[in-house]
Amino acid sequence: MSIAERMRARTPTRRWTAVAAVTAVWFALYAVNLPLWDALVYDVVGLDPASRLGSGVHFFFYDSVKIALLLVGIIFLVTVLRSFMSVERTRTLLGGKREGVGNVMAAGLGVITPFCSCSAVPAFIGFVAAGVPLGVTLSFLIASPLVNEVAIALLFGLFGIVPTLLYVGAGLVIAIGAGFTLGTLKLERWVEPFVFETRLGGQVIDSTAGLDWDDRIQMGVEEVGSILRKIWPYLLVGIALGAAIHGWAPEDFFTRYAGASNPFAVLIAVVIGIPLYSNAAGILPLVEALHDKGLPMGTLLAFMMAVVALSLPELILLRRVLKPPLIATFMAVTGAGIVAVGYLFNAVLA
Amino acid sequence: MKIKILGPGCANCQNLERVTREAVTDLGLDAEIEKVTDYAAILGYGVMSTPGLVVDEKVLFSGRVPTAAHVRELLGSLTP
Repeated sequence: MSIAERMRARTPTRRWTAVAAVTAVWFALYAVNLPLWDALVYDVVGLDPASRLGSGVHFFFYDSVKIALLLVGIIFLVTVLRSFMSVERTRTLLGGKREGVGNVMAAGLGVITPFCSCSAVPAFIGFVAAGVPLGVTLSFLIASPLVNEVAIALLFGLFGIVPTLLYVGAGLVIAIGAGFTLGTLKLERWVEPFVFETRLGGQVIDSTAGLDWDDRIQMGVEEVGSILRKIWPYLLVGIALGAAIHGWAPEDFFTRYAGASNPFAVLIAVVIGIPLYSNAAGILPLVEALHDKGLPMGTLLAFMMAVVALSLPELILLRRVLKPPLIATFMAVTGAGIVAVGYLFNAVLA
Repeated sequence: MKIKILGPGCANCQNLERVTREAVTDLGLDAEIEKVTDYAAILGYGVMSTPGLVVDEKVLFSGRVPTAAHVRELLGSLTP
């Protein structure tokens, strides 16, 4: 039996008491994090907060714990909430919907539907078979990786509620806009023919059927473990890089080259971001440090989106159902949307 | 009993295979386990979110990796 299995509570009282206890511990750890590292790094070890080493080391430990706590909390919560939703139900909701309305629904559903990118191909084919227009399906496929819970958890923890809401809002708008644009371009001829020919046989079953609360909590716990196991190297590298920049780069280092005065900053950030493969976890600590050193929030959000929304593994997967011209158009339209959002935010937030 | 694991081979699909083999061994079933990675075949079963578990051509579930206990329960209820 796995740890998560052994932990099944089996009675409602025990279950909810356990959940309450864990939640209390979480809040306690979160509250004690900053004072703990202040005391340990500055008082016990005696490093100087104004020094590069001092602030770098403090950043590394404090951020690691904070990010770990945020990831655990939000991944768990989002997984449990998402367990009420499924790709099959999304498909039913989107089937036959017109463009426009369909794009908006698809983007919203892309955020709340649990979706493994390995299912991208069967889901794509399934949507097409249900009469979901190409543009609407693409809105779903853009929103899903873009507005992901890891990114939201970290943005909220590192920058607060406003950038997080901006990110979610922007992600939805980009998904809707790009999907709608791609739909109007009538690019069906660049979808691999077998997609339209594959029959969805048998009974489409709903994967959310028959789950009880113990199941949902167990899924949450397993997902936390699974994601942390996957991303911890990226996370540590990201935090270490962030700590280095935090401690060693001079203040306003980036404003000189990439600040609001440089009109190409957003464009360059997006172009660099697209080929980078990292999940949000690795990028965000870096983003926080860059922000500290003067990079504007709009440029940073655009960079983050470019990294997360358009990843090489995802595009390789999509290549199985989309021909290269469509993939290129997909990347261009989504990229353009991200760049526009970056400039907009820089203008609004400055 | 013919068991098929549907999925393109990502981590979840491998987990499902592992969990299923465990359940089969625990129950002492005489079962043949096959991995199906062809998308057309997977969709032929009506499965859109991988991984999926098919037993004797009937889809038991899809979209997540259940626990070994759950798979044991499902397989156990199918044997007469």
